[in-house]
Amino acid sequence: MIPATETLRLALRALRRNKLRSFLTALGIIIGVAAVICMVSIGEGAKQRIRTQIESTGTNVVLLFSGSSSSGGMRGGMGSQPTITWDDLRAVQTELPAVRAAAPLSRTGTQAISESQTWTTTVYGTTPEYFTIRNWSIARGSGLTASDQAGAAKNAVIGQTVAENLFGAGTDPIGQVLRVRNAPYIVVGLLESKGQGGMGEDQDDAIFVPISTFQARIQGGLSQYVRGPVYVSAVSSEAIDAARAQIASLLRERHRLAPDEEDDFSTRSMAEMTGTLTSATQTLTTLLASIALVSLIVGGIGVMNIMLVSVTERTREIGIRMAVGAQPSDIMAQFLIEALTLAAIGGAIGVLLGLGAGELLSARFGWSMVARTDIIVMALLVSAGVGIVFGIYPARKAARLNPIDALRYE
Amino acid sequence: MALIELQGITKLYRSGDTEFAALRDVDLSIGRGEFVALTGASGSGKSTLMNVLGCLDAPSRGSYRLADRDIARLSRVELAAIRNQFIGFVFQSFNLLARTSAAENVELPLIYARCAPAERRRRALEALDRVGLSSRAGHHPSQLSGGQQQRVAIARALVTRPPVILADEPTGNLDSQTSIEIMRLLAELRDSGITIVFVTHEADIAAFAARKLVLRDGIIVNDIRQQPEAAHPAHALSGGTHDPGH
Repeated sequence: MIPATETLRLALRALRRNKLRSFLTALGIIIGVAAVICMVSIGEGAKQRIRTQIESTGTNVVLLFSGSSSSGGMRGGMGSQPTITWDDLRAVQTELPAVRAAAPLSRTGTQAISESQTWTTTVYGTTPEYFTIRNWSIARGSGLTASDQAGAAKNAVIGQTVAENLFGAGTDPIGQVLRVRNAPYIVVGLLESKGQGGMGEDQDDAIFVPISTFQARIQGGLSQYVRGPVYVSAVSSEAIDAARAQIASLLRERHRLAPDEEDDFSTRSMAEMTGTLTSATQTLTTLLASIALVSLIVGGIGVMNIMLVSVTERTREIGIRMAVGAQPSDIMAQFLIEALTLAAIGGAIGVLLGLGAGELLSARFGWSMVARTDIIVMALLVSAGVGIVFGIYPARKAARLNPIDALRYE
Repeated sequence: MALIELQGITKLYRSGDTEFAALRDVDLSIGRGEFVALTGASGSGKSTLMNVLGCLDAPSRGSYRLADRDIARLSRVELAAIRNQFIGFVFQSFNLLARTSAAENVELPLIYARCAPAERRRRALEALDRVGLSSRAGHHPSQLSGGQQQRVAIARALVTRPPVILADEPTGNLDSQTSIEIMRLLAELRDSGITIVFVTHEADIAAFAARKLVLRDGIIVNDIRQQPEAAHPAHALSGGTHDPGH
């Protein structure tokens, strides 16, 4: 074989001769690779963000819901039919060695009103333990206390978004009054910003009041059962499974369930939630990347098309080369390397463009982007592969020409 | 031992149901250092014979020995090597690569001979010097006259130092003065020991050869030894055909 550098030089020269054509052909590859890189990087970023956000919720958190769940999927009734009593909650809190703390979280969407503003937000009723479980600290003022709880005090702890919208940015909300459902609450604490939650919701758009106050003034109705999920933290992340098992056996006993009866409650660990969400994101990323891959293949067909044109155009040149002694393999290598070079250059530009577009989109929409080296290397290899696969046929066509026919070609 | 030895060479072309024989049972022997003109009317098979000799086209039947190698049995790959090492080809339409310098055109066979770049350049310049074009090494074909282009093509044919140069109507695209210059160049090459076979239909060009083969309907009808007329351009211009019976 002729040294590859020689053939490469020849290929670059041929590509330079038709600059616009080479560029347009490479453009197909460029767009394909850029799309793949962009999609995968953004998807990877989303996955990583979900993971960190859920981890910020607390990795050793277990959610306890009323209602049953069957393994592998949720029943529609989960959480809607309350089965967990306050005594159950207390028992979970005090009797189980693997459980550090438990807190109920009831919620309702409503309007909150300050002197000057109205803001639609979510009001939560909970206990002081909730903030420990969520690892959520107070930025200013104080948290909810046990005595607030006992006295059903009309004290509230608010998130940053609520503070900004009700009292204005930069105003100290501590000691201010807000009204929810015609009852005034004194703001005693402002929470640290927590940012977006695992579902993309704004966790700072929240007002927390004691659960006793919530039951009496906001929720209304019977208050025998805990409404909404119970946040439970295990003593460590290794103790999650133990905590779930202990909760299950405790509640089955307390609810007097026969061995053949299903649980009338369910538990989910944050790790499971992470898994579900990341796999959903993964599916979306894979889907988008496959669509992008299709455009890469279309780009490859473009390469093949132009190589076929090039072989036809240069039939006479091929004839001359054969007449002076070029082997069929030399001709094959010449056209194959030309296609490969075209695709590889397109791939390299595509990687840069994809990363650039990813950065731009991330900056514009506040997404995060994670460029994975393995994906970049793979995209480059795939585009080179596209060059080879779609270059082989035209190159073989060139190599198989009969010298005399090629020379006579007009 | 002859350099070129053809026995019973037949070349058939098929178009639809009809078969047409461009060459019929041609026997031919050409020795080393001969200067041979192939002549004949259009369609007589002289170009086909040339292409068979040049290993550009395979005969349908017959045996072809070139420098003691049995060409008929060689593969495409081996034929490429034969064209590279043993044959220099000169075409009527020059067949130089466009937008490629004269020196690079001459280097082309050496690339396929796997010759190192420096050596290649040296030998290409040497060959260009031999055809009197060393000052045009960097020019592209479009910057050269027809005669200069044909000289570049001859340099390309020479550069691998083949024993034989085959020229298919080398003067067909040139004016008569330039034609004579090209034929003189070929005569010089013959004098240096290279076997030269060329096709022409012009009598005054054929007169440069020492042996003239006349083809008609795919058969060699005449094989004439003659006194080559290369010495004086005036003679060459006015010189007629040498009568077969002379």
